[in-house]
Amino acid sequence: MAALTVISRKPLSFVLSVTALLGALLGVLMGMSMGNAPLGLIAGAAITSAVAYLGTSVIPEERTARYGLIAATLIAGLYFFGLVGGLTGALWGWFLGWFIFWLYEGRYRARLHPYLTPGQVLWHFTFRIICGLIFAFLIIPIIVVMPLSFNAQDFFTFTPEMLRFDPAGYSLKHYNDFFTNNEWQRSFKNSLIIAPIATLVSVSLGTLAAIGLSQSHVPFKRAIMAILISPMIVPLIISATGMFFFYAGLGKFLEYQLGLDKNLVGYMKVVLAHAVLGIPFVIITVTATLVGFDNSLTRAAANMGANPVTTFFRVQMPLILPGVISGGLFAFITSFDEVVVIMFVGSASQKTLPWQMFTGLREQISPTILAVATILVALSIVLLTTLELLRRRSEKLRGMSPS
Amino acid sequence: MSASTNTEPMLSADGKPLKQSLARALRRQKIRALLLIAPLLAFIFIAFILPIISMLFRSVENDIVATTLPQTVAALQTWDSSTGELPDEPVYAAFASDIQKAAKAKIHTKVGLRLNYEQSGIASLFKKTARKAKKWDMEADGPFKEKLIDIHKGWSNVETWQTLKVHSSNYTSGYFLNAIDMHKTASGPEFQPENKQILLTLFGRTLIMSLAIMGSCLLLGYPVAWLLANLPMRHANLLMILVLLPFWTSLLVRTSAWKVMLQQQGVINDVLVNLGLVADSARLVMINNETGTIVAMTHILLPFMILPMYSVMQTIPPSYLRAAKSLGATNTTAFWRVYFPQSVPGIGAGSILVFILAIGYYITPEIVGGTKGVFISNRIAYHILRSLNWGLAAALGTILLVAVLILYWAYDKMVGIDNVKLGG
Repeated sequence: MAALTVISRKPLSFVLSVTALLGALLGVLMGMSMGNAPLGLIAGAAITSAVAYLGTSVIPEERTARYGLIAATLIAGLYFFGLVGGLTGALWGWFLGWFIFWLYEGRYRARLHPYLTPGQVLWHFTFRIICGLIFAFLIIPIIVVMPLSFNAQDFFTFTPEMLRFDPAGYSLKHYNDFFTNNEWQRSFKNSLIIAPIATLVSVSLGTLAAIGLSQSHVPFKRAIMAILISPMIVPLIISATGMFFFYAGLGKFLEYQLGLDKNLVGYMKVVLAHAVLGIPFVIITVTATLVGFDNSLTRAAANMGANPVTTFFRVQMPLILPGVISGGLFAFITSFDEVVVIMFVGSASQKTLPWQMFTGLREQISPTILAVATILVALSIVLLTTLELLRRRSEKLRGMSPS
Repeated sequence: MSASTNTEPMLSADGKPLKQSLARALRRQKIRALLLIAPLLAFIFIAFILPIISMLFRSVENDIVATTLPQTVAALQTWDSSTGELPDEPVYAAFASDIQKAAKAKIHTKVGLRLNYEQSGIASLFKKTARKAKKWDMEADGPFKEKLIDIHKGWSNVETWQTLKVHSSNYTSGYFLNAIDMHKTASGPEFQPENKQILLTLFGRTLIMSLAIMGSCLLLGYPVAWLLANLPMRHANLLMILVLLPFWTSLLVRTSAWKVMLQQQGVINDVLVNLGLVADSARLVMINNETGTIVAMTHILLPFMILPMYSVMQTIPPSYLRAAKSLGATNTTAFWRVYFPQSVPGIGAGSILVFILAIGYYITPEIVGGTKGVFISNRIAYHILRSLNWGLAAALGTILLVAVLILYWAYDKMVGIDNVKLGG
């Protein structure tokens, strides 16, 4: 955003008092952890306002002041708290330098409307801070898991070695456990068998139905849509309860009447259940893609002599492919992540990764779970990126400008 | 336009009336659409709707007593259960014959277990009786009244017979009464004794905690949605990643992350202790109680609140707020009178979505909820997997399903089901 307001230097008293407030806040926290809060408060306020005075009024140039501050805090941190302290100190020094000049030169005003009152400006930044805290609430739990999965101890907490960045505090042993432990490997394999097959079933049936639904004249469209989306709306525990009763009978029928292998029947039941759960996602994403589909293309293809099947695979499919793939990804993650239904419908030989994690969390807590969690977070980042790329491609294909 | 009208029907290329061939084309189009949908509809019907119907059926089905003890049920028809007197010899004889057959077919434990849900102790009574009854000779060994009472004094208890009679019908409202802490007796439905009443409390707790989760999601989600909708697109998309990443991360991962954060030796407690805000001996208990469930579930459901609110707020022009302010409104007035009313549809959609998802949650309360933070769904899972009282589980599920369907209907009225969007 371009600058909206002409900025000017602010009075020194304003800069000094705000930085003193910031310093006091930090000082109280430091002081409390060392057991003397009032001293921390006074020292923090005094040091930061002194730094602000030095930087703005004594040292002639901004760059010199800011680099000097970073160097000073780096050295102080190194001297008192070692390597980690040095890094934290440098970071803090960089922030403080930026903050002082942000205030002093009036830069905070540059991107705001010129008519805002000081109160409104204050609220603007308070609001930003509140939002920042909420974002932190969203993301911190996921981030915290990652370093903990490299813990050399069998704990769920940070050890002092880890906090000192001591290499001895870190190890790959939980990852090693995941890749060598039979139980984890078997459940991982089960997940890799069940989720793709279930996805395939829901994508093929779902795409077909979505094309049907997007025709111009569909009788009972709302009712049909409601039924097709219902697996997403009905709480999993209820679907699971219903399936528990029904699939037990179905499994017995397949096993004893048709003489199928018991293990195969087990997998069939689970795949069927997961395919149902994935279908609403396929329907929703594919119908959304079809909304912008130009029907004259299929008519043109028919006009040139293509039969409906050729038209579908050569004309329609390439255009809606991004929507189909993202629907498939949703279905895949639904199945890959699902615990409740599989616990009710499946047996121990179909144990999947989330199921294994669930029992792990409930009974024998092992940090291997955190290693698995980190791998899954990496997987979800890959999925998220793929989806975003697909969305852009789909918009480009449909001639919409990417937002 | 010319005033003269052509009374001849318009004809299409093949010589048929245009109206007729249009109707035919429309019909063919409809049939084609339905044929494309049919496989999936059939699949959903078999793999999803039928299971749900079977659950509804389970919640009232009760033919086990009538099929296992047919003669007893017939004989009990003439017995007046309200007199407080024991039934006569024919009933005992019928029962002896029934239990002997059941014991030989090894199905007596099932019916004992079924009746045990209603009156504890019946299961062992049936087991003991069946063991003895196997050796009886039905013709010679009568009268059975004394014999049965000899085996177990439970047979001289009128309540046993009353229970048997009350639960002898093929369909029962008994499971639903159990689901709301009542039970069927000879003199009509009654509340369970105080110490056995847990389900109504659980329903209440599920409701209150879902509302609390919805409230905190709204409180945290509204500012974020506002910020995302009012930032320039480039920045908003970057921040959106922070919302979508948790949304895409496995539920188990997020739940285990909260276990790591909240436990007594966990990250939050460690930070607080290190800062000196909390004494090491008085670490906060934030897990295995209501707090744990509410915090973890707020985190898990927050994206479901933010995304619908964001898509509504995107459509509100920011110039409205500026216009209100230029007309003299203060910040608060401008927000409450101009912006907030326009964002209400987003609030409604997000809230109902979060609420629907919250009341059916099972995994997270099970892991971080302990005993005080569990929902009705945990009770359903308990009855399915542990206590095997499937009828009661089905009844609880049915009640929950009805509640969700009502909410779903409200959601449809407010947002429309075809407007459900995924991941922005």
